[in-house]
Amino acid sequence: MTKVKSLADLKRMQEELQGKLKVRERATNPEGHVQVKVAMATCGIASGAKGVMEFMMEELDKRNIDAVITQTGCMGYCYAEPTIEVTIPGKEPVVFGYVDIRKADEIIEKYIKNGEYVDGIIPVNYESIDNK
Amino acid sequence: MKEISLHIMDLVQNSIRAKASEIEIWVWESIQENLLKIEIRDNGCGMSKEILQKVTDPFFTSRTTRKVGLGIPLFKQMVETCNGRFRIASDLGIGTQVISVLELNNIDRQPMGDIAGVMVLLISANPAIRFFYTHKTDSGQYRLDTKEIKEALGINGSYDPGILKYLKEMIYENLKEIETSS
Repeated sequence: MTKVKSLADLKRMQEELQGKLKVRERATNPEGHVQVKVAMATCGIASGAKGVMEFMMEELDKRNIDAVITQTGCMGYCYAEPTIEVTIPGKEPVVFGYVDIRKADEIIEKYIKNGEYVDGIIPVNYESIDNK
Repeated sequence: MKEISLHIMDLVQNSIRAKASEIEIWVWESIQENLLKIEIRDNGCGMSKEILQKVTDPFFTSRTTRKVGLGIPLFKQMVETCNGRFRIASDLGIGTQVISVLELNNIDRQPMGDIAGVMVLLISANPAIRFFYTHKTDSGQYRLDTKEIKEALGINGSYDPGILKYLKEMIYENLKEIETSS
């Protein structure tokens, strides 16, 4: 297969993808999908957040899970980087710390697919009165 | 931080936090001139003179979640280790510009790393921002503009994950074409 080198090649690949009926509506309805936020501040990047984010993007797509993957800043858990926040529709966001590729795989298989908690959750230790 | 591309990714996060709608990344690698020039420009909120004087202080940050701000100091240190120069200029309401020049053949220079992957992550995670990426070497120049990509693909919102690996391939192949160093 020839390599993608120009915008025309990219357009051709997009048409092939659409041929496989992989049309998604993430932009119009992000709340209806799993949301993954990867902490991408200096601490996160230095600890390997880039690899984790690439893995999440690739694997969620391969495993046919509709998800919105975005970046966020430092959540203050620099000691536990890379950290990711996963929000399953209808549930409270959960922050996982010390996420490497193996842990990310476990999070996809257990938490995102089955709602089963896995080790490494950073507990919510503070809630403001406004949120009550 | 072990790769220059990760430093670039980190500095761009500052532009994103400054609510920039356009971010320009400019890399010039020249074996003939023995220099590596990296520039990042944004049209974000900018900084006042007082804040600008403090950005290279590792114990200064505008964040409230922690008390250190290491992104710029680490980058500055990396540049200065390679006999380079680092400059940051900013105007409130206009934007910020980070300019650095360092020795390409310096033994302490970090590898460029996966710049194509970094660009794809930045583009996909911030679809509303227009990114320009220019990479110049002795044998040519490659320029990427996300507005052109969006127009070509007819994308309004976020990118489909399936297309991202091809976007990375496109950047990678174009950079390989102008690559001069082994």
